[in-house]
Amino acid sequence: MWNTVFPYLLSGISVGGQYALIAIGYTMVYGILRLINFAHGDVFMVAGIIMVYMAASGVPLWLCIPLVLVLTALIGFVIERVAYKPLRSAPRMSAMISAIGVSYTLQNLVLYVTGGLNQIYPTIPWISDSVTIFGATTKMVTVITPFLTLILVVALVQLINHTKIGMAMRAVSRDFETSQLMGIKINQVISTTFVIGTFLAGVASILYFTNYTTVIQTSGAMPGLKAFVAAVFGGIGSIPGAVVGAFIIGIAENIIKGLDIILFKAGVISGPMGLATFSDAFTFALLIIILAVKPTGLFGEKITDKV
Amino acid sequence: MSENVLHIEHLTMRFGGVVAVNNLSMDINRGEIVALIGPNGAGKTTAFNMVTGVYTPTEGKIVLAGQDITGHRPDEITKLGIARTFQNIRLFGSMTVFDNVLTARHLRRTSNFLTATFRLNAAEERKMRQETEALLKEVGLSEFRDEMATSLPYGKQRLLEIARALSTQPKVLLLDEPAAGMNPQETEELGAFIKQIKDKFDLTVFLIEHHMNLVMGISDRIYVIDFGKQIAQGTPAEVQNNPAVIAAYLGVDEDEGVQ
Amino acid sequence: MNKKKIDSATIISAVIVLALFVAVFIAEQIIPATSMLFTVIKKGATYALVAVSMNLLNGFTGIFSLGQAGFMLIGAYVYGIFTIPVAARADVYQYYNGGLVQFTMPVFLAMLCAGLAAAFLAFLIGLPVLRLKSDYLAIATLGFAEIIRALFQWDKLGPVTNGSNMLRLFPNFNDFNIKNADGTVAVYFSTLVPLLIAGVCIGVIIMLINSTYGRALMAMRDDEIAAEAMGIRLASHKRLAFCISSFFAGVGGAMLAMYQTTVQAKSFTTAMTYEILLIVVIGGIGSVTGSCLSSFLFVACSEWWLRFLDQKQMIGNFEVPLLRNGFRLVVFSIIIMIVVLFFRQGIMGNKELPDLIRQLQGKNKGGADK
Repeated sequence: MWNTVFPYLLSGISVGGQYALIAIGYTMVYGILRLINFAHGDVFMVAGIIMVYMAASGVPLWLCIPLVLVLTALIGFVIERVAYKPLRSAPRMSAMISAIGVSYTLQNLVLYVTGGLNQIYPTIPWISDSVTIFGATTKMVTVITPFLTLILVVALVQLINHTKIGMAMRAVSRDFETSQLMGIKINQVISTTFVIGTFLAGVASILYFTNYTTVIQTSGAMPGLKAFVAAVFGGIGSIPGAVVGAFIIGIAENIIKGLDIILFKAGVISGPMGLATFSDAFTFALLIIILAVKPTGLFGEKITDKV
Repeated sequence: MSENVLHIEHLTMRFGGVVAVNNLSMDINRGEIVALIGPNGAGKTTAFNMVTGVYTPTEGKIVLAGQDITGHRPDEITKLGIARTFQNIRLFGSMTVFDNVLTARHLRRTSNFLTATFRLNAAEERKMRQETEALLKEVGLSEFRDEMATSLPYGKQRLLEIARALSTQPKVLLLDEPAAGMNPQETEELGAFIKQIKDKFDLTVFLIEHHMNLVMGISDRIYVIDFGKQIAQGTPAEVQNNPAVIAAYLGVDEDEGVQ
Repeated sequence: MNKKKIDSATIISAVIVLALFVAVFIAEQIIPATSMLFTVIKKGATYALVAVSMNLLNGFTGIFSLGQAGFMLIGAYVYGIFTIPVAARADVYQYYNGGLVQFTMPVFLAMLCAGLAAAFLAFLIGLPVLRLKSDYLAIATLGFAEIIRALFQWDKLGPVTNGSNMLRLFPNFNDFNIKNADGTVAVYFSTLVPLLIAGVCIGVIIMLINSTYGRALMAMRDDEIAAEAMGIRLASHKRLAFCISSFFAGVGGAMLAMYQTTVQAKSFTTAMTYEILLIVVIGGIGSVTGSCLSSFLFVACSEWWLRFLDQKQMIGNFEVPLLRNGFRLVVFSIIIMIVVLFFRQGIMGNKELPDLIRQLQGKNKGGADK
């Protein structure tokens, strides 16, 4: 039984870590701007494409990785300045529509550049190597992802709790207007948030695509949505919440992928049920349940509306 | 005694640890104009929000013409006959003056969405429009009927809020600072106007107001609250001479003190 | 004076629309059926209906829903499932022994069922979802659409939905043509009928918007608290708008099925919803006219006018740079971003065709009949 479940659990934890890194970007941006950055998943995908093209053009891999991260963060910065900043005083719907527009634009740009073909992700030494742990064969990246995720999250939490910019971020997410009056440089805080968020999405893209090996313009849509659901599930605005939510979703999704086999071996079902079809849908079912039961998510704070 | 229209009993509203309204009891009779006054932050609007169903009181009871309406939804309460205006004007910004008032007649419809869509309710629609037209004439907004509501001058917007509330055919009209931002002359006209519509539409009026001239001029009775608690009640003359009231006001804002 | 009398601008608008229908009918008889014009009109009509239905929700009621693709999927499938000829079912449902459904409905009845099924599902989903606020509602509706998409691909539902295989061989737009005994077309209706269906549906939506219910919906959009204080029950009116919008999205889905001649659940993605949302935004949130114009423009550009951007073009000996597959979509995206950022009113703002005519009448006074 364990031998059946373990590989799915393992890849679930790994994917969960990757979702967590994406989800942090969502949750931080939402915390500060109350904006669902629909383009975040696409930035993640673009990071993958940049890697593909950079490696193909002969840049050594050890240089590619930092360059990809820097470029991805830069893209995040530019997107905020171009597409969200002008709409800051507009109704919330406008910024959300703009985010959808950016998502559409990024996907189409990549479609144009790649011709809509699957791009093979470069093989990064060591993390692409196969390892066998507890009898399950997997890639090294699967094993290191959760650890790397936790290290980055701890570093981020330290940054938010113990640095000046982190304090400013907390202040802005609590009360946008007052922070502005208190002399916090809002634009700087927001840009920093986007830079951190997209940087982590860049890290996630390296881990994720090393595992899945191909990138196409739609590659970011589903992981993006799932990471967002993870953020909502954990309580949007809460970084630990997003991480926990992401791991739960990653694990659940992978268990469902193997549910037919697991249930069959456990003797619950006698033939294939095609339950793997629901591995994506389950995430959304989880979302709807949490929204119906506890709209503020697992770790969310209750926000009362002023009438 | 005349018949009781609005009965409020031991009404309390707590937000976390803050008691916004504390054990407030009131009785308002048919045809009266009753004012609720008190310094800023005394809990007046919170009391209004409970009566109109925006908040469910933590404790206490609200009875409209014999029917317990505590904790009912705002739309239900409006349907039962309490209409309100808002302190910070809340008109339907994308609509004309006429449509603002007409929309408030929606709750008296007998049509459903199918009969309304396919114009099987033409007679009703015509009647709604005629009544709206008449109402606009009554309140003196006919000349603005096709203007956008938000393009009206401030005083007219307040008037439109009242017209829109009247359009729901209320028994009790709640006015939340109707004279806010008006000059003395406009305020005086408003006082006369409130009395006039009260008689014309057989209303009971319950208002919150800071302009003491207006309050003293038109109210039959006044309730005074401070820090959520009732500190006085009575006729304007009684309230004006009440030491507790004077203390509450002088301690807060001399300009608005009772002369 | 009761000014809601039908004024000349409304009449002129109606005449314009009617003239368009007549023009399309005539064009269909004289221009070869393979012309791009007809493709654009068919697909444009479909998109216009879906866009208007989305606008009813997002623009007129202020509910930001992203579930449109899910409701279209329901409509497309219900239509497909009920109209595949019994004789063709063994072929279509080859992996499921001809499938479970063994009857066929008339086309228009099936379209009605498509709408009703979508509306019914909206009714069920509405209970939990409509309590949520703006962006949570958006993401929850989006989630439902994804769940529906997965459900329809589920192998165990294959006898009904054909699993992940496509539905096909159901009647499509070409079946509206009246044929001679020898199979040649006597009178073309394959473009006019979809345009008429969309026209009638959009007409109904316009009538709803102009009714007392429409005013109530707009009041909720302008100010929920004030609307509720005026006796408008928020929950029931939101659900009404959600169901009606979904009904027409369902009918639109059926039309899309007819246009494509095949249906497959996996194509009803979130990207489809985004595309429709962007059409609505370009047209103007809160304008039916805008949504229609923008739909036809969008389809015409993507299927026809901007196609050249996807191919190599030579001017003399000079090869225009950048042009290759996908460039059209890049241009498109840029246009969309410009509209979103700088022309937030879109083409029409919240104005309608009669408003424009009234403006014109106002400008050249005496020129108009007033």
